Amino acid sequence: MTKTLELSKILINLLFIILSVLVVLPFLLVIAVSLTDEKALSRDGYQFIPKSFSLEAYRYLLDAPEVMIKAYGVTITVTVIGSLVGLLLTAMTAYVISRPDYRYNRMTTFYVFFTMLFSGGLVPSYILMTQYLHLKDSLLALILPVLLSPFNIMVMKGFMSKIPLEIIESAKMDGAREFRIFFRIILPLSTPALATLGLLISFSYWNDWFNAMLYIDDPGKVPLQLLLVRTLNSIEFLTTNTEFATQLGIDLASFPNNSARMAIAVLAGGPMLIIFPFFQRFFVKGLTVGSLKG
Amino acid sequence: MLNKVSLAGDTENSRIVPETGQTGPLPSPDMPPKQRKQQSVIRKELRHFRNNRELFLLSLPGILYKLIFAYIPMVGLIIAFKNYRYDLGIFGSKWVGLENFRYLFSTDTAWRITRNTVLYNAGYILVTTVAALLLAILMNEIKQKWSKFYQTALFLPHFLSWVLVGYVAYAFLNHADGLINRTLQAFGMDPVSWYQNAAPWPVILILVHLWKAVGFNTLIYFAGILGINGEYYEAARIDGATKWQMARKITLPLLSPLVIILLILSIGNMFRGDFGLHYFIPNNSGFLYGSTDIIDTYVYRALREIGNVSMSAATGFYQSVVGFVLVLLANGIVRKINPDHSLW
Repeated sequence: MTKTLELSKILINLLFIILSVLVVLPFLLVIAVSLTDEKALSRDGYQFIPKSFSLEAYRYLLDAPEVMIKAYGVTITVTVIGSLVGLLLTAMTAYVISRPDYRYNRMTTFYVFFTMLFSGGLVPSYILMTQYLHLKDSLLALILPVLLSPFNIMVMKGFMSKIPLEIIESAKMDGAREFRIFFRIILPLSTPALATLGLLISFSYWNDWFNAMLYIDDPGKVPLQLLLVRTLNSIEFLTTNTEFATQLGIDLASFPNNSARMAIAVLAGGPMLIIFPFFQRFFVKGLTVGSLKG
Repeated sequence: MLNKVSLAGDTENSRIVPETGQTGPLPSPDMPPKQRKQQSVIRKELRHFRNNRELFLLSLPGILYKLIFAYIPMVGLIIAFKNYRYDLGIFGSKWVGLENFRYLFSTDTAWRITRNTVLYNAGYILVTTVAALLLAILMNEIKQKWSKFYQTALFLPHFLSWVLVGYVAYAFLNHADGLINRTLQAFGMDPVSWYQNAAPWPVILILVHLWKAVGFNTLIYFAGILGINGEYYEAARIDGATKWQMARKITLPLLSPLVIILLILSIGNMFRGDFGLHYFIPNNSGFLYGSTDIIDTYVYRALREIGNVSMSAATGFYQSVVGFVLVLLANGIVRKINPDHSLW
């Protein structure tokens, strides 16, 4: 009996090991290609183990790092400002609708929740942003659309409804006003929730390419993800945008086309891929949709 | 809390508060009684508002944000019925009735993008849910020390943006040097022009989606299983139940609320395609539109690449309205069957 149990456990472990390897291998392929000599790539194709190892692609990119640094700068600025403001707004809205004694709480909940079910869609938002708010080529166009998601408000509300009303009531007895209660009592009590939501919001800022594709044309304001989009869409982007290529310090004739493309992916995507997994449990905690009801 | 969200339940709260903020004139004796009653209701509501003023102010930034970025664009849906011109603006452009829709549905585009959106979403939901449930149940059978390691590995693709996944896919599918074609050639087979051959794309897209989403979904279900009371399993073990029986009779039924909630959400989102997946993985290749184009990619192309704003808006309108009806239907059906499982 115990023997068959052991055997089944070994089999399950084996299955998971195979799956894990299968899931991780594609990452390794991209890294391997970025480290392979350009000539070897066109001779042998993309391989998991570089036949002739070369750092040429990285040297090309890091010789003139301005574009990459600028893109990191834009992404970090947008992520930091967006996450802080977004988190505060999410917490304020969620707190108010989590208060059972707030007279308009159901109305406000409906007002927020409805935007999850129905939306005007892409075109009206695009026209609003470009024609009426004139935010084309503005960093605000990257910050504003992601700022306040109804889903995050609902998750935050789930956390905040667990704060006992007695705490709030006794603070009121001591003469504290609502703003003071929120900033001095509720926010400190919600630190775990704030950390979770803050991480989710900054993650969505870091990985947002859609708004940049819609609203950013100015080469000085290209965030990381848009840099990646343009490089992926065509290496021709470099050849047609000679200005961009000169900024990179690229001699287009000997440009390591394939390996450099993958090296850009590694440099732009790599750092966060090392940092985010440390916070993996937050991602699951924040997104268990079960908390929608509560 | 969402059970309570209903329009009917809000009648008491939704009386209009006059924007002037002034208290109305005192009810004079010569007023008809009905009007007097109305005035006292307004004054009562104003007093309530004053008591709730500070909390209202706290929620005001969020409310204004949603007004500008969610509710005002809903008004913009009227563009679908206009011949939109940038120089004339939304309200200056000419009404054309259903002309945009007639044009949209006269080609086979509407049918193609609708079919693709719905079928792909159904495929993703089915494959990913089944795989994730299976993995979560299996994960529960092994030591935590090991499962932690697998979780991290399976979860890794979740952290990539779709653009980066596009690079990964390109490394495999690249015509001249990609891993798959080189492997095919090594076995003496002909290389395939993946980015020009529409037939294999349903399988490719479902595999890529599975790769990116399975770890995340497995962890959601695994967290659900960990939340199940251990006594059920203890009792079952004493009665001599097998692991398979326990999974079928305890784990699955107790996970069903979570599965159903996620399913309603996905069914409600049936009409919202995954733009990133369908735009970057096929590398926006025109050869593949027949089998990869979905409503979202079409709307984007019509707006940004073709520049046909009205057509884009009409498609978006169609997506918003049908999507909304689907959410209501899905939730309504679930509420009929089991009110506890419905979203509201």
